[in-house]
Amino acid sequence: MRLLTHNMLASNVKGVTNGFPLRLEAEKWAEKEVELNADFLRHMFSKIEWKALAGAARAVGYGELPDEADASMLDSEDFLRRFHHALLEIHVEEGALVCPESGRRFPINKGIPNMLLHEDEI
Amino acid sequence: MPRPELQAPPDIFYNEAEARKYTTSSRIIEIQARISQRALELLALPNDGVPRLLLDIGCGSGLSGETLSENGHHWIGYDISPSMLDVAMEREVDGDLLLADMGQGLGLRPGVVDGAISISAVQWLCYADKSSHEPRMRLKAFFGSLYRCLARGARAVLQLYAENMDQSEMIMTYAMRAGFAGGIVVDWPHSSKARKAYLVLTCGPPSAQTSLPKGKGEDGEMCSEDEESDDENQTVGIYERNRPRKKLKINKNGKGRGWVFKKKEQMRKKGYNVPPDTKYTARKRKAHF
Ligand SMILES: C[S@@+](CC[C@H](N)C(=O)[O-])C[C@H]1O[C@@H](n2cnc3c(N)ncnc32)[C@H](O)[C@@H]1O
Repeated sequence: MRLLTHNMLASNVKGVTNGFPLRLEAEKWAEKEVELNADFLRHMFSKIEWKALAGAARAVGYGELPDEADASMLDSEDFLRRFHHALLEIHVEEGALVCPESGRRFPINKGIPNMLLHEDEI
Repeated sequence: MPRPELQAPPDIFYNEAEARKYTTSSRIIEIQARISQRALELLALPNDGVPRLLLDIGCGSGLSGETLSENGHHWIGYDISPSMLDVAMEREVDGDLLLADMGQGLGLRPGVVDGAISISAVQWLCYADKSSHEPRMRLKAFFGSLYRCLARGARAVLQLYAENMDQSEMIMTYAMRAGFAGGIVVDWPHSSKARKAYLVLTCGPPSAQTSLPKGKGEDGEMCSEDEESDDENQTVGIYERNRPRKKLKINKNGKGRGWVFKKKEQMRKKGYNVPPDTKYTARKRKAHF
């Protein structure tokens, strides 16, 4: 799972009203280079919850994102490179996603978060 | 062979052996790629070369998602079968994978997704695989969450194999109730083998964009030899196809006894209390004054 996906996911547990962002507990991650596409980054920027991205990036040891960002920064190549790296090049392999409200843990095994709910959580 | 959906729940049916068999069949690979390409075309994304964030719901081992990657898009895949996802990981697909049940809702922030495809998967929601499963509730949760996570104006294209008209109507009903506009595009309607039905759904108020494209081969044009022939004995997820609409049409003199028996049986299966079938069933009532 990349941080792109983490930034979209929200806890779905019954009764939870604000399930975003899921706290990322990363035990193992890997980096994989992918080609930077500035158009995609510009397109995605408005959909990204920046604080959650910066927080998740720190959880995998990447502290190079500013705490806050606005669209004017998309003109900076340096900013785009950091944004790109955080969003698409870091793969969380083992760990967990934790619901901010209920504390429910969704384990991540072999890169795949297990988001299946128990019957009493639906 | 009965339909897979009638044999076992999806996470059991797609076990390790089946997941491998599925993903190594060159015929299945080709069919799924072709359907996915068509679904992507029906998504009608802006033709500006900008990669989008898409969903592949019931992504399995990644055959459908691969088409999205080849076209430059990023995707998040949902599947309920750990074995299918394992194969997808082994094959190093480019999308992110989630072990999840679409019938529980997608669990995404609102308005963030640019489009969604689902290839040969959504019909699974029509079957109650656990005593706690209520297909209607699951369809409601699925379509509700799909609607919410899509950006306004974005589309979802779901290719599916409904077992009968009742199923496709039930699926369509829940899509509409969630707020979607759209309809069904049928490619190769005249070919029992190549026929494929796509639910094309648009998020947001109806607009010119909402109008449905035509199905391929709708005007009687036949599909090419290869498109027809390599679907033979396909095991992609369907063994009985939708009957052509015609056969299910009611005749002028009312619906007939056969129809009533069938309907009663269906209601019984759904757990309703239905009077037993007798010689009086579906008889015409005398006129009373
Ligand atoms: C015929 S396969 C298609 C896989 C892939 N889309 C392809 O084109 O190759 C159907 C998939 O739907 C998945 N599926 C069935 N029910 C599901 C559910 N409730 N939630 C998520 N996935 C489901 C199955 O596990 C299976 O991998």
